[in-house]
Amino acid sequence: MGLVDIAFKFGLILIIFLISLVVAMYSTYAERKIAAFFQDRIGPNRAGPFGLLQPLADGAKMFLKEEIIPTNATPFLFIVGPSLAILTACIGSAVIPWGQQITIGGHIVDLQVTDINVGVLYIFGVVSLGVYGVMIGGWASNNKYSLLGAIRAASQNISYEISMGLSIIALLMLTGTLSLREIAEQQHGWNWNILRQPLGFLIFIVCAFAETNRTPFDLPECETELVGGYHTEYSSMKLGFYLFAEYINMFISSAVMATLYWGGYNYPGMDWMLAHTGPTIAPIIGVVVLFAKTFLFIFFFMWVRWTIPRFRYDQLMDLGWKILIPLAIANIVLTGIVSATLTHFGY
Amino acid sequence: MGQGYFVNINMSTFYFIAFLSIFFSILVITAKNPVHSILYLILTFFTFTIHYILMNAQFLAIVNFIVYMGAILVLFLYTLMLINLNKDSEPVKPFMVKFAGVFGGGILMVALAASLKSIGASNPVILQNPDLGLVKNLGKVLFNEFLLPFEISSVLLLSAMVGAVLLATKDTKTA
Repeated sequence: MGLVDIAFKFGLILIIFLISLVVAMYSTYAERKIAAFFQDRIGPNRAGPFGLLQPLADGAKMFLKEEIIPTNATPFLFIVGPSLAILTACIGSAVIPWGQQITIGGHIVDLQVTDINVGVLYIFGVVSLGVYGVMIGGWASNNKYSLLGAIRAASQNISYEISMGLSIIALLMLTGTLSLREIAEQQHGWNWNILRQPLGFLIFIVCAFAETNRTPFDLPECETELVGGYHTEYSSMKLGFYLFAEYINMFISSAVMATLYWGGYNYPGMDWMLAHTGPTIAPIIGVVVLFAKTFLFIFFFMWVRWTIPRFRYDQLMDLGWKILIPLAIANIVLTGIVSATLTHFGY
Repeated sequence: MGQGYFVNINMSTFYFIAFLSIFFSILVITAKNPVHSILYLILTFFTFTIHYILMNAQFLAIVNFIVYMGAILVLFLYTLMLINLNKDSEPVKPFMVKFAGVFGGGILMVALAASLKSIGASNPVILQNPDLGLVKNLGKVLFNEFLLPFEISSVLLLSAMVGAVLLATKDTKTA
């Protein structure tokens, strides 16, 4: 690995980090605009043209608010909570392949930070770690509403992680690899996994909603019952980190869904593009395509949020344990039978 | 970055991580607050994950990360947060129990020291296949050589799960 490669890699990490932050920032704007559209309002329109500077104004407000650490809180853990939340949100992007190999000035660069051979499991690890930010913050606040929110988050995440893992197993039976790069490569030319795993994708997206604490599963911050949920006691940028982490999680899980099921950076007419525009432009179009798919999923997240009301807590648990897990296991069995039959008859 | 990178990594990294493991495990048993104790336990398990990566057992590392750090310890933390342990609810143990505990611990230490004395110089275990920990190889080994123990342990886990469900719903009137 030469110095130039390291420089490219470093640049890539920096760019992905910045993109995650910018996407998260403008997701808040998009959310408010979309909410306004769904409710027949105008939405933010004062800061800049069409209110485009609104996220910057919000950010400045967050930074300038007073930092409050409650007297009875555990100060160190109170700060660790939001830090952990934003950290786990940001490290998930390391294994996502953003595009094919790109040639920049004679250098071949992987548009992926690292291609570890257990990439899918890495994503799972990061997701399961994410709950600690919420739990530690909620407990350290020393407030019963925060604690209840934290406990809801923990049980919700653990319950839905199971069905998420089971839905992924069915996918892995078809791909035969845990590397996200190889999974993306396999979907070249309309071999998108959504066509082979529609049920698996449905389970996965429901679980993704639960894991990112989005409506209809945003019970941890259910304001009608718990004031503000786990971040009741938080103010200033520590609150900002929690809110930001949610939007980054949404971005990363959208990118993961696009990569695992919707072909990743593959698009129709890819080979023609590569032959006609060369190895620099074509991968960039692939990146743009992946981002377009990701943004569609983010829009879907918001669309659902402003359409479907929140679940009750027992309904949430029933859905997770009594419907999604049996369904996911049935999906695994079905996938096994179908792929074994197809192999038997020589497809 | 080849696999060799992980194998040839400097010994000093191992010693540093081993030191951290022992350090955090001591903090687990000395921490006054049970929630802090669990948080140290999480850090201890995280150092175990690094140990597995140093040994090139990537699958074991990530499973340790997901299952132990991500699920089991979350449940530990969950339970401890709910039962609200503090000084008032802590049972006061009689002097004799404390004495018996110290005495038993002392005897265990003597026995361990005696058995350690008779052990010769360290006998390093040589790894036959450095790539054994990768998912593909591990799966092949588990489902060929060790299929029977693997299946039996899965039955064991299943029976434990069924038992837990049975215990939880024993009283049909209140359930």
